[in-house]
Amino acid sequence: MIPAAFDYARPTTVDEALQALAAGGEDAKVLAGGQSLIPVMRLRLAAPSMVVDLTRVTELRGVREEGGDDGALVIGAMTTHSDVVSDPLIAQHAPLIAQATETVADRQVRHRGTFGGALAHADPAGDLPAVALALDAEFVLAGPGGRRTVPAREFFVDYLTTALAEDELLVEVRVPKLAGQWGMHYEKFNRVAQAWSIVAVAAAVRREDGHIAEARIGLTNMGPTPLRATASEQALAGAVAGADAVAEAGPARRRGNLAQRRPQRQGRLPCASRPGAHPPGGQRSGRSPDVGVSRATRELVHRPGSRRRGVAGAARHRADRPLHARRRPGLGHR
Amino acid sequence: MTAVEDRPATAGPAKEVGQARARKEDARLITGRTAWTDNMVLPGMLHLAVVRSPVAHAKLLSVDVEAARSAPNVVAVFTGRDLAEEQGSIPCAWPVTDTMVNPGHPSVAVDEVNHVGEAVAVIVARSKTAAQDAVELVDVDYDPLPVVLDMEQALADGAALTHDHVSTNESFRWIFESGEAGTGGSTDEAFAGAEVVVSRRFVQQRLIPAFMEPRSTVVQPQGDNFTMWSSTQVPHILRIMLAMTTGIPEHKLRVIAPDVGGGFGGKLQVTPEEVLTLLVAKRLGKPVKWTETRSESLMSAHHGRDQVQFIDIAADRDGTVRGLKVHLLADMGAYLRLVTPGVPILGAFMFPAIYKFPAYRFDCQGVFTNKTPTDAYRGAGRPEATFAIERIMDELAVELGMDPLELRRKNWIRAEEFPFTTVAGLEYDSGDYEQATRQALELLGYDELREEQRRRRESGDPVQLGIGFSTFTEMCGLAPSRVLGSLSYGAGGWEHASIRMLPTGKVEVVTGSTPHGQGHETAWSQLVADELGVPFEDVEVLHGDTAISPRGMDTYGSRSLVVGGAAVVNAAQKVVAKARTVAAHLLEASEDDLQFEGGTFSVRGTPGSGVSIQEIALATFAAHNFPDGVEPSIDADATFDPVNFSFPHGTHVCAMEVDTETGMVTIRKYACVDDVGTIVNPLIVEGQIHGGLAQGIAQALYEEAVYDDDGNLTTGTFVDYLVPSAADLPHFDTGNTVHAAPGNPIGAKGVGEAGCIASTPAVVNAALDAVRHLGVSDILMPLTPERVWRALHQGGDGGDRAPAGTNAYGGAQTETTAGVSTPESRLGGDR
Repeated sequence: MIPAAFDYARPTTVDEALQALAAGGEDAKVLAGGQSLIPVMRLRLAAPSMVVDLTRVTELRGVREEGGDDGALVIGAMTTHSDVVSDPLIAQHAPLIAQATETVADRQVRHRGTFGGALAHADPAGDLPAVALALDAEFVLAGPGGRRTVPAREFFVDYLTTALAEDELLVEVRVPKLAGQWGMHYEKFNRVAQAWSIVAVAAAVRREDGHIAEARIGLTNMGPTPLRATASEQALAGAVAGADAVAEAGPARRRGNLAQRRPQRQGRLPCASRPGAHPPGGQRSGRSPDVGVSRATRELVHRPGSRRRGVAGAARHRADRPLHARRRPGLGHR
Repeated sequence: MTAVEDRPATAGPAKEVGQARARKEDARLITGRTAWTDNMVLPGMLHLAVVRSPVAHAKLLSVDVEAARSAPNVVAVFTGRDLAEEQGSIPCAWPVTDTMVNPGHPSVAVDEVNHVGEAVAVIVARSKTAAQDAVELVDVDYDPLPVVLDMEQALADGAALTHDHVSTNESFRWIFESGEAGTGGSTDEAFAGAEVVVSRRFVQQRLIPAFMEPRSTVVQPQGDNFTMWSSTQVPHILRIMLAMTTGIPEHKLRVIAPDVGGGFGGKLQVTPEEVLTLLVAKRLGKPVKWTETRSESLMSAHHGRDQVQFIDIAADRDGTVRGLKVHLLADMGAYLRLVTPGVPILGAFMFPAIYKFPAYRFDCQGVFTNKTPTDAYRGAGRPEATFAIERIMDELAVELGMDPLELRRKNWIRAEEFPFTTVAGLEYDSGDYEQATRQALELLGYDELREEQRRRRESGDPVQLGIGFSTFTEMCGLAPSRVLGSLSYGAGGWEHASIRMLPTGKVEVVTGSTPHGQGHETAWSQLVADELGVPFEDVEVLHGDTAISPRGMDTYGSRSLVVGGAAVVNAAQKVVAKARTVAAHLLEASEDDLQFEGGTFSVRGTPGSGVSIQEIALATFAAHNFPDGVEPSIDADATFDPVNFSFPHGTHVCAMEVDTETGMVTIRKYACVDDVGTIVNPLIVEGQIHGGLAQGIAQALYEEAVYDDDGNLTTGTFVDYLVPSAADLPHFDTGNTVHAAPGNPIGAKGVGEAGCIASTPAVVNAALDAVRHLGVSDILMPLTPERVWRALHQGGDGGDRAPAGTNAYGGAQTETTAGVSTPESRLGGDR
């Protein structure tokens, strides 16, 4: 299908992009990988007057480190999913990002789609927002007045809505390097490989002396924004690293997890993410996060040495996938 | 896969039939560097865009096209009123009863729209972009009418009407009773005397054929002649039907199906857009192209399945079946298209399947609803029948406490009983159900998996295992013209072929069976190479153009090899017979003394003598030295009309894991052994089985066309309508038994639909076998995790899908709102 007519700018620097965005006014749209914007334009559900195409802004691509072991990874907003999956720094310091990114759509989409584009789109069914939230990532936004940094908890505001102002661009995402013995896992429930998550769980656990010192759990598609399962995290913290702790932290903490949402939504269980079409939470018991949280964390506490899995482990990632994913054909295990 | 036999080196050139030849046509089809219709560019070509109704049922108060007409680069805009006189009605070639109600099907709506996506105006512009932009400028005033969506409600007293001008929602009622037909006993008596009766209601959800190449049509007028290129399965039928519909004389119309990228029955149609493109080209005297978007395709190309099946089976306590009753509600959608009413009737004869029922009753009501019309989709009637019988056999086994395979074995036709006339009056040709079943169980590793199933049950594993069967047969090779005539079908079922021997010895084969991806060019070349003794590479297969291939009935119903291939073989044998006369003349011998082997005629007992058929082709071209009174041609043609259908069969076994915590189902292993008769090309057979399995499994697990309460298709993109990819399907363990079909010279039975027909019930039976001990006896298709979870944790069959989805891209909406229906989710869409 053919989009409605639009003006087009293809800047080569962030400054030019910001100028183009300012000139485009409120109907301007930023084009990163185009994997969400182009379809809605082709269906004529979106008809921006101006499209600012970032594909030639090379300064927004790539991954680098800042600081030492307690520093951060800095991922350029225009780094493609495909580059994220194969990046050695990400494999070393934030394998959860690579693992989740590997489940995004299909190979073609991963070659076009970008890390920053997916986060700025803020689709709660997307895989990366929950991961960014679980890893306490920080979002660097550039605007006409300079740059500001927004923590993940404040970046995702509502369904497809972020802290980005109309004249701002997401330029990079800073992911703190995790010190200590961390295990990470992304557990995704979807019906076919290319489908969005029904739900998914991003989990990272730090072990110390056989105990769980710290747990971080991000939830995909359980609300209008990605969520942190704070109650489960608290239940896990300090527990003996084992199946019992995980079993306890899932179901028992469910209500607590959901109460962590912003005040105006308190009392509403996670439900359909489209405004105006929210069935009450009780109708969604089939999609409770319990099983996902249990499984994602169970994978971790049982797996020795899962910290800092190298990229060489792309194959290992697969072998380590949870039950249902592991049985997929084409992964060569059966 | 059956291994290709090793031939001893001394046996001369290997036979082509049976070789796994890589397909000749694949390089151009896969790269797309070929004559897809949308690749056509003609000088001065105009582009057509269709304005479609966003409402399911309404009177058209006005269609204001003034703004569109004056938009940049727009050449013309036509409404239903503009074309009312000449558009006629989309033809229905299968009036299944004398009293069948056909409301008529305008290509572009004139007074009333009856489903979302129906055409209300067409824009003609100098570019596709300009045409698309102008679509939004057409202002249509709709006066809404009540929307009919549910078949059971549609048949109730006082129901709203699908068509304002038709007084009923029932198109037809078609009944077969074996007691009356003389093919068996009275069904009522059989049920009255039976010890056990099991009754179930099954739902065949609506599916979308989802062929890979979207539909496209180009029409070029030349004087009073018209050439149409169209992405169709049926150029020959299309030509006849367009002539009858539009009044353009048949001999002034040439239809070409260039390479066509799939159909699955979805392009077995005369579409409104084909009629409109032709009429617009005629009006304007210029070439016109229409190509649909995927969204248009999903919304307006015909759908498939959509039946409610009430099945009663009667048996004795020992498992002997006594009778079968079938009551079908078949959703026609809003209109009758080419074979819409015939699809459930094609299934009518297959419900008794491979079992020796003494009595059978089939009662089908065709029902109109305000939805996209249904029509043929891979299997067309037979997958629905196979699903119902294979599901009810499992339910009966549970009721009787019998092993489902033992119950089948007790009742199926034994190998020594062929040919066997069934209670539906069909004569099954050949087969051995026991042999296929035995092989399939070995392929699956049945005993081991049953043992694992037991262990998992005993340990209360959250992931349970189940095994499901489908011991299916189908009727295909459409087909005997007389039988089609007795069923009121509007055409015959023969097929035509001709063979042209070129002067250089190369061979042109013209087939009337038009491929749309099946590999005819390869398989036909193999047949002809063997018959004529010429190299495979020397054969070219021509098809799909009514000017090149003047007679044909095209491709559907697994008929191409069985009927079309047989015509090719017969034509080749005629060529050999003609060449024999020439050879006798050239070799100065009697025809009776000639032998023909490896493409060469030679005189028996005279080594070294001989003339090849390719040399004879040159001698015939020159015609310098030809027998007296013989015309200088060894070309031949043949038309083949079989006397019976062919009946492929097979045993499909699925092992399924059901995660009771999440409702996720995963195929653990799938094994099938199919008997498709003689195999010409094992690679093509394997490919057809794989593709068929993918689509059959898709019906069981993934695909469903969902409408909301207003009649909007909420699964209008591939984000919402889940077509599985290779990544979502298991490895298939396939095998074959070979019982040659007696009804055609090749011995082939047909393979195009087998996998699709057989697999769906095997998959669902497997899932139910995994969780039946947990109290689940049915789950509606597709088996979404949420449905399975609900059936496990709340009872019932998992419930209807929520209609409040979106036909837009929307990520999060997809699974969250197109899940199971709840009162809150029935919002009627959010547009």
